[in-house]
Amino acid sequence: MIRRLALLLVGLYFLVPLVASFVFTVDGGANVYGQIITAEGFADAFRRSMTLAVLTVAGVLGITIPALLAVHLKLPKWRPVLETLSLIPLAVPPIALVVGVRTLLGYGPDELAGTPVGDVLVSIQDPELPWVLVIVYIVLALPFAYRTLDAGLRGSDVKTLVDAARGLGASWPATLGRVILPQLRPGLLGAAFLTLALVLGEFTVSSILLFETLPVWLLKISGSDAQLSVAVSLASLVFTWLLLLAVSAFDRKEKTS
Amino acid sequence: MTAVELRGLHRRFGDVTALDGLDLSIEAGELIGLLGPSGCGKTTALRVLAGFEQPDRGQVLVGGTDITGTPASRRGMGMVFQSFSLFPNMTAAGNVAFGLRVRKVPAPARRRRAEELLELVGLGEKAKAYPHQLSGGQQQRVALARALAIEPAVLLLDEPLSALDAQVRNQLRDEIRRIQQRLGTTTLFVTHDQSEALSIADRVGVLRAGQVEQLAAPDELYHRPATAFVAEFVGTTNRLQARRVSPDTVEVLGSRRPLAGTGDAEVLVRPEAIGVAADETSGLTVVARTFHGALTRLTVAVDGREVVADVPSPLASGLVPGSRVALTLGDVPLLAA
Ligand SMILES: Nc1ncnc2c1ncn2[C@@H]1O[C@H](COP(=O)(O)OP(=O)(O)OP(=O)(O)O)[C@@H](O)[C@H]1O
Ligand SMILES: [Mg+2]
Repeated sequence: MIRRLALLLVGLYFLVPLVASFVFTVDGGANVYGQIITAEGFADAFRRSMTLAVLTVAGVLGITIPALLAVHLKLPKWRPVLETLSLIPLAVPPIALVVGVRTLLGYGPDELAGTPVGDVLVSIQDPELPWVLVIVYIVLALPFAYRTLDAGLRGSDVKTLVDAARGLGASWPATLGRVILPQLRPGLLGAAFLTLALVLGEFTVSSILLFETLPVWLLKISGSDAQLSVAVSLASLVFTWLLLLAVSAFDRKEKTS
Repeated sequence: MTAVELRGLHRRFGDVTALDGLDLSIEAGELIGLLGPSGCGKTTALRVLAGFEQPDRGQVLVGGTDITGTPASRRGMGMVFQSFSLFPNMTAAGNVAFGLRVRKVPAPARRRRAEELLELVGLGEKAKAYPHQLSGGQQQRVALARALAIEPAVLLLDEPLSALDAQVRNQLRDEIRRIQQRLGTTTLFVTHDQSEALSIADRVGVLRAGQVEQLAAPDELYHRPATAFVAEFVGTTNRLQARRVSPDTVEVLGSRRPLAGTGDAEVLVRPEAIGVAADETSGLTVVARTFHGALTRLTVAVDGREVVADVPSPLASGLVPGSRVALTLGDVPLLAA
């Protein structure tokens, strides 16, 4: 009885705002959802956010996978070091990180203007595709990705599996493709999804650095068109859920095949 | 014909010496048991032979060819590990066929071979099962089939049975031997369980601190151990006080036996070489008895230490804790401790 009541309360807590938002967006008859796609700046912001997300996922996995494999297969002594390193981004508040990054970026057009370093600093601030955000997001996503993948590797004795594969005649690429990656897959999906969700929802950094990602664009239009901004919020929530569902469905299908 | 030769292998990990000049040669088709206490270098020796570990010094020869620098993937050795090592994302058949798949053997041929091998280890109907659907014993059978699928030059087994319970362990042990003899595969079987090594190996190598202390057939190892370490490690032994009566004779339990040396000595005697008889005038008493079917083990207090004797059960029927007994020494050569 109490459990049901608790469940009901929690359900209401989540549902009421969602339903209220939805009612608000369809109130008045106009098809707000149809307007999203054509709204000024939406397409650019959405494309930018997705590109950043994909690049960040690639970057994070590109860093964590080799690092984890090295630690699990060859250099177990370095594990505590890497573990500590992977936690540092959690200890630094994003706002501190951003202020630091902004100061550094400022050197590009000013003190270091014309030097190779200055050129790099300027080019990573391209408002169309701000690489600097990819770099910052990689740092922010690292702890989550590292933990998820590490947990996946810890559960299985990769070193023995790798030895077994090598002993049976598998080359390194074959061992990686047929033994290590399948072993990592659940962790990979989890890490990719966490990173994706983090990048798609990140506001502080992109807003302070003045790049128009989806959340930043959302805030901007919420002043001018409240209905539209709520509709986009709802839509992006549903979009994220769908991604999550797709990821877990994919995972389940692989397991039973 | 010598199939495998390990020559003067040295390997250190930091300041631990795992292999300290290990020499071992294995005849073709032979099953060698490698026995020794924990940490004596058994696994390291096996891993060096498999190519997972490089020796600091020394050579590995297979079929007369030096393969010390050859990577593991090109040595063609089958290995079964102590921990379960099946690829969890592949079926039993997929696991067995793995070595053939990376050798680019066509699919129908490798499927046939996988079925054949699963049949050989008694798991014909489990071909489609995933590792998590198999018991520990079944997983190790599949691992054995997987190792044999590539027709290995040498089969390496690193305590493959230690994670299994006693009954499965004995059954699988005998099966490994049966299959090994049928296929004639040269095999190195590492274990720290002496009965396992003695029961299935053609010859047993006893390792101590990274060196082979003795390499001999099981009965020779048991009856003519080369050193006190081997005698005490293989089977049960008693340490008895021997009193010197002449430069080449000592007296133990009232019997005189040849043993060169000076002064009194400690000697090693197997339990079955000690006879026990009731004797009311004796100062020795039985302190414990345990029944082992045909034999009964009696523990007798002698000069403050316990001596165990295995006597045929009918002869031990009247001997219970508290009985006064006399001990005699059977006609065996003595080994100084
Ligand atoms: N990779 C390694 N790093 C550091 N030390 C190691 C490594 N491998 C083995 N050793 C050390 O070398 C010694 C021999 O180890 P090895 O595993 O060969 O022993 P073992 O005879 O197989 O023992 P067990 O019966 O416990 O399996 C041990 O002291 C061990 O701690
Ligand atoms: Mg070992």
